[in-house]
Amino acid sequence: MARRSAPEVNAGSMADIAFLLLIFFLVTTTIETDSGISRKLPPPQDIDVPPPVLKQKNIFVVEVNKNNDLLVEEVPMELNELREAAIKFLDNGGGSGEDRCDYCQGDRSPSSSDNPTKAVISLRNNRETSYSTYIAVQNELVAAYTTLRNREGQRLFGKSFEQMEKDLKDVNYPGNKEALKEDIKQIQFLFPEKLSEAEPKK
Amino acid sequence: MSKFKKKKSGELPAISTASLPDIVFMLLFFFMVATVMRQNTLMIENKLPFADQIEKLDKKDLVMYIYAGKPSSRYRASAGNTARIQLNDKFAAVEDIKPFILAERAAKREELIPFLTTALKVDGDTNMGLVGDIKNELREVQALKINYTTRQGEAKNNLK
Repeated sequence: MARRSAPEVNAGSMADIAFLLLIFFLVTTTIETDSGISRKLPPPQDIDVPPPVLKQKNIFVVEVNKNNDLLVEEVPMELNELREAAIKFLDNGGGSGEDRCDYCQGDRSPSSSDNPTKAVISLRNNRETSYSTYIAVQNELVAAYTTLRNREGQRLFGKSFEQMEKDLKDVNYPGNKEALKEDIKQIQFLFPEKLSEAEPKK
Repeated sequence: MSKFKKKKSGELPAISTASLPDIVFMLLFFFMVATVMRQNTLMIENKLPFADQIEKLDKKDLVMYIYAGKPSSRYRASAGNTARIQLNDKFAAVEDIKPFILAERAAKREELIPFLTTALKVDGDTNMGLVGDIKNELREVQALKINYTTRQGEAKNNLK
């Protein structure tokens, strides 16, 4: 008897199945928003311990009132100017002698911060400030630090700080991770993130 | 001649459906692997603010979630109109945060505890008073690593 070849499967409906799948995924997949601004809270403090004394010029006061208006160093300001102002304050480097800042490129104004390692940004918000404004302010302040750190990263190691952090997380990074960690620490030492949050006023 | 008679043309051969179960199983397995169960059903409005200086939260099992915001319309009658905290699947008061964190810690292996992060998923319209209270509670219980979960976008989008 002649050998019969198996009948060919009609693959026409395969595309339908694939489309069904595709549509299902498009509809059901929700993009999980699990990224955000990472911060570290200060540990709880004893009430008896007096806060460290800081020079007034080393503190950059950012206040947000209940109408979500910004008051920076006693002057009203718009949000898009905040980043510039914070960079100017941190990078000022007005100190001399022990406080001298060799890597600062700011104005070296004597009335602004001595050294980035001394400079503190103090953020105070009202209880009725909206959370989105708070996040916007936080974002701008973190951006100021990141900008300065990127600059130092470019100057010292030829790549931005963000790239260095990305490399550190990258499993396939070819270079030496220990050395990279040290480099990151060095930049963090030059521009430490000193962001203090005061208790909100009632 | 009749020995080599051609098959009747016109009639289609039956399609073998033997591989259909394979396809269905493949589908099934895919779903079982890929589906991430949503941990919490949200009972609050959760429109996160925008930010662009963001870091990704990599290890999902090391994240504790605290939600806050106005109760969504379904729960408004019972839970009121002001912003509330949601832990797991129910509304909670500020005092409930400490036991929640401690319970989460107890469920994790000891060596992982220092890496635990608290993700604050707070609605943009919430007042900072509530967020400040949450942060105070977290400080007291030494859960200092926090992450304000945000959407990717320019910060000025928040002010609209």
